[in-house]
Amino acid sequence: MTPDTRQIVFDNISKFYGEVLGVNKVNFSLEPGITSLVGPNGSGKTTLMNLLTGLIKPSHGAIYVLGLTPQQPIEFFRQVGYCTQFDSFPPGSNGYDFIYWPLRLHGFGHDQATKLTNEALERAGMAQVARRRVAGYSKGMRQRIRLAQAIAHHPSVLVLDEPLNGLDPMARAESIALFEAIAKQGMHVIISSHILEEVDRISDRVVLMSSGYVVAEGQIKEVRREVRDHPMQILVRCSDPAKLASAAFELDHVVEAKILSDGQSVLVRTRDAEQFSLLLNKIVSAGLVEVDAVAPADDDVNSIYQYLIGSDGSPA
Amino acid sequence: MSLQQSVARAQSSLKEQPWRLFASQISVLVRTEVRRNLFTRRRIGFHLLAWIPVLFLAAHFVFSRYHTESSSIEDDTFVLASIIQVYYFRLGIFFACMGIFTWLFRGEMVQRTLHYQFLVPVRKEVLVVGKFLAGAIISVALFEAAVFACFCLIYARFGAEGRAYVFDGPGLSQLGSYLLATALACLGYGAVFLALSLLFKNPIIPGAMLLGWETIAPIFPSWAQHLSVTFYLKHLCPVKLPIEGPMAIFTVVAEPVSPFVAVFGLLCLTVAILVLSCFLIHRLEITYTAE
Repeated sequence: MTPDTRQIVFDNISKFYGEVLGVNKVNFSLEPGITSLVGPNGSGKTTLMNLLTGLIKPSHGAIYVLGLTPQQPIEFFRQVGYCTQFDSFPPGSNGYDFIYWPLRLHGFGHDQATKLTNEALERAGMAQVARRRVAGYSKGMRQRIRLAQAIAHHPSVLVLDEPLNGLDPMARAESIALFEAIAKQGMHVIISSHILEEVDRISDRVVLMSSGYVVAEGQIKEVRREVRDHPMQILVRCSDPAKLASAAFELDHVVEAKILSDGQSVLVRTRDAEQFSLLLNKIVSAGLVEVDAVAPADDDVNSIYQYLIGSDGSPA
Repeated sequence: MSLQQSVARAQSSLKEQPWRLFASQISVLVRTEVRRNLFTRRRIGFHLLAWIPVLFLAAHFVFSRYHTESSSIEDDTFVLASIIQVYYFRLGIFFACMGIFTWLFRGEMVQRTLHYQFLVPVRKEVLVVGKFLAGAIISVALFEAAVFACFCLIYARFGAEGRAYVFDGPGLSQLGSYLLATALACLGYGAVFLALSLLFKNPIIPGAMLLGWETIAPIFPSWAQHLSVTFYLKHLCPVKLPIEGPMAIFTVVAEPVSPFVAVFGLLCLTVAILVLSCFLIHRLEITYTAE
């Protein structure tokens, strides 16, 4: 596979810890934007991120980040920032030093490193407490100072392992806004998270993982369309839900039509959303019911995650 | 590819390297590591290893002022030689280097902080050199100061006679030899322990085996003795210890070499082990759960 200088490419990546599988035969490439890695604990998300950043080496395959590999550390780590899940810090360090000294290792002089440190602290909302020892920080503050370090050198690829853990709702919203702003600048943001609703809202694409395998990958809507086995849920708010439900039942691909307790909505589960849309158009144009709103009810990461992986974490 | 082409390629590759960046990165690594390791409560053991003989000699210095009986300069010169050659070279510097140099990488694995240094644009070889230099500065500063203090305390109590021995006799030359040998001991043991920490998850057992090897190396053939740090140090010591009987085998020099060869040989051994460490660090992965 030829390395692309815009993409992140996983080329047949496998990682084994002795006989234990980390990830197996991972093949995909990522365009700039926000990509979410979703999967239960032990599914291989952190392994994939550690492989991406060279903290561990693949047993097979190769990874290219903007055409670079971790074996070229000087060029590679100028492009990549990684906020890991490891909640540990160099003993005795304060927030400011934690960001400043790695910047000096990047080759920045004192003035430039100071400027970038202050900027990163501001962006992460940590400027006020920067001179305090990290050991005295709350979990949310430690999370934010790690994020500040990862973005301080203005990387083109930002890798974030569970970045929203431990953050209060305000800090979480601010972090998400920061990720979106970074992604809008044409950068790669790769996030692993268990907070599926937030991932769903901000992701351009999703990689679903289970037991070391990538079970689905792509834009959320595309992935949902690929899950043919599971009927799609469509919520229709209309003037006569009973009439719509009985019409829907005449179609083979409709497996359920349930009138909701508000008496104004019907939830239809269908194996062919396009055919159901055609039926809906016919009914509306015939003037049988008035439709106020139509919306997919399970077109989100959470539903896809449940369909594909199941609640126990094993592939469905 | 011919040898000439290989050499030309290697030369051009060396010229293309960002040497100024490497130098600045090494300087930053040394500063942060020294600050983190030299004056912290956790490192009090290394200070004790260095300063215990000084404390004894200081007590002896104070005590001897109130007692008329005193030993001769010659006797105390042997006492100093024993402290340096037996205590410092075989125990004090050995164990302090074990603690300092194995902690540089393995300690960071235990503390789960090594990944921060693997996620910056620093070549792994630069990381090895930077950390080694930091460890060398810490250990050399600590033990040079301790050896110097021992030397001063030994001869200060002899007053004018002691000053004459130091400034007009062999004293200063002996001090120079001890300081040189101390620095080389720190570098040699340091390089060995750095490599061991990259080879083994728990370097204590290989460290104990190394202590055994350094002790029994004199009974092995000459070529094998060249792989021991104490072999080179012995040739740099200006005073031969008056040990007799079977124990003399540990102090006897079977095949004397010049001080220049001893210094050069130990430096070569240190560089060779550091080069090995540069290869070993590429195998290192951040798997804290396996620690």
